Amino acid sequence: MPFLTPPTLSHYLVLGAILFAISIVGIFLNRRNVIIMLMAIELMLLAVNLNFIAFSRYLGDTSGQVFVFFILTVAAAESAIGLAILVLLFRNVGSIDVEDLGKLKG
Amino acid sequence: MTQAAAFYVFAAILVFAALRVITTRNLVQAALWLVLCFFTAACIWLLLQAEFLAITLVLVYVGAVMVLFLFVVMMLDVNFDKLRERFRSYIPVGATVGILILLEMALVLIGGYIGPRAISAPVAAAPGYSNTRALGLQIYTDYAYPFEIAAVILLVAIVAAIALTHRRRRETKYQNPGEQVRTRRSERLRILNIPAEKREP
Repeated sequence: MPFLTPPTLSHYLVLGAILFAISIVGIFLNRRNVIIMLMAIELMLLAVNLNFIAFSRYLGDTSGQVFVFFILTVAAAESAIGLAILVLLFRNVGSIDVEDLGKLKG
Repeated sequence: MTQAAAFYVFAAILVFAALRVITTRNLVQAALWLVLCFFTAACIWLLLQAEFLAITLVLVYVGAVMVLFLFVVMMLDVNFDKLRERFRSYIPVGATVGILILLEMALVLIGGYIGPRAISAPVAAAPGYSNTRALGLQIYTDYAYPFEIAAVILLVAIVAAIALTHRRRRETKYQNPGEQVRTRRSERLRILNIPAEKREP
């Protein structure tokens, strides 16, 4: 049965591509909502990480996994700061509309 | 065969959860669907024999970053109707763009790895192979400098997040040593020339 052969590299790469496309559509659809956009960015990073790990496995090189380690670090730092800005936005303006980001002073 | 079945089950759950993240109306539900995405992705990474990163994803991403998202989402009281007013009209173009991007990527990613350029199935690892050990050997030798830089990035993130959101309580008394050192004599001392008064005897 062709469907039940073990997954090849292309299977994982296409899965990463699907996640990436979903995340782009998510940003497209939720353009005014800062929180969903932050979540869509996390999905994008997850797709890229999946790509790296698939290549790392099929090419036999652990450098891909080392890079994913660093991507996780940077993504966590970026989420923390993004959410801090979101909290500030909500505290000062009272909404999470992207268009109100311009009202933050300084 | 169980590998293939496991892969398709996880992939289906992952794609469905990702779709629910971007289409749900409720922010808390979106965060929870995203948590499911990360757990399922960790399972897929386990299929790819990246155990350390799968557990790290669960510990760091789900355990810290998603908990942070949930804190923030539950703290905010959001009026959602205004934000979704044109959601329906974006769907046709969004879906078209998404499907086009997906088809283009699938064309490259499948077409590039079939036939003569096919990558064979990876060899099974030797019995004593530990993924964590192999990663550790690479990170602390070849990639020691990026590791230090990653630590600095985390420090910068901590300082930035606290500096942005810290609120000073108005009633606490505190000293500002920079200001204290910068005072000038003219701010502290003023010499008046008052003529001496003679008292009437």
